[in-house]
Amino acid sequence: MSTIEERVKKIVIEQLGVKEEEVKPEASFENDLGADSLDTVELVMALEEEFETEIPDEEAEKIRTVQAAIDYINKHSA
Amino acid sequence: MSSSLAGQIALVTGATRGIGKAIAENLVAAGATVVGTATSEKGAATISEYLGQSGTGKTLNVTEPGAIDQLVADVQKEFGKIDILVNNAGITRDNLLMRMKEDEWDQVLETNLTAVFKISKAVMRGMMKNRHGRIINIGSVVGTTGNPGQANYCAAKAGLIGFTKALAKEIASRGVTVNAVAPGFIDTDMTKALTDEQKERIFDTIPAGRLGRPEEIAAAVGFLASAGAAYITGETIHVNGGMSMV
Repeated sequence: MSTIEERVKKIVIEQLGVKEEEVKPEASFENDLGADSLDTVELVMALEEEFETEIPDEEAEKIRTVQAAIDYINKHSA
Repeated sequence: MSSSLAGQIALVTGATRGIGKAIAENLVAAGATVVGTATSEKGAATISEYLGQSGTGKTLNVTEPGAIDQLVADVQKEFGKIDILVNNAGITRDNLLMRMKEDEWDQVLETNLTAVFKISKAVMRGMMKNRHGRIINIGSVVGTTGNPGQANYCAAKAGLIGFTKALAKEIASRGVTVNAVAPGFIDTDMTKALTDEQKERIFDTIPAGRLGRPEEIAAAVGFLASAGAAYITGETIHVNGGMSMV
């Protein structure tokens, strides 16, 4: 079983088409990984699917970095 | 016969008869597998019958809560994906505005516009993931010109064009195009309901001097569904015998 961190990173790599070494914890989806607004929405939806959770819009807006995504899932998964 | 849509899955709403049936048959002729929807079991059986090996009919009442998501999930499970969505299902509840009941307004908006939002939303994610998709909305000439007695229908069809443009801009980068086809007066059950007086008035306004055929709408839809139309998005193709030139 992969860790939450590994699963989040895998989704980021798949959704944004970036290399594994680029997906550092502090990397910003929009500024460092080249995501546009639609990419970030798709990313959030992919996270929702993977972790079987629903991320409210106001929370989704705050998920701007790899670490923020990992933190959110850690905090909200059972 | 061209098979440019070979291997593609199309979902056509309101496919029992008229324009919807012609669209389903056009897409099948181009090689697609078609799922056509009808509001009744009987309608779905009719669709399954004329599609034969090339597809299937399913029931869909767009106003029933949850029905749209269920249908889209079923089609994706059975066929693996949806490449082409044709939002064709439509109703009229004509009345001069002074006499129009809220119910007549609500029903037309619900079926002709809100359902398009719901179905498009349900299918677009799969299309975006595949980096390919076609959403084709069937509008109407009256969405642009207006027509007395059809304020509800005109509002819904005009709204459809705005919806088409907005969604086209949102998802063009994912290889999904969103367009509309706006028929003029086409020989279907919907226009058979017009009075002779209405028809005569309409004929005077059509330079081609005749009603259009459902196949002539289907041909425009078939083009927009094809690979050749990949760079056309947010557009409305008017098919109306010259009745209105926008």
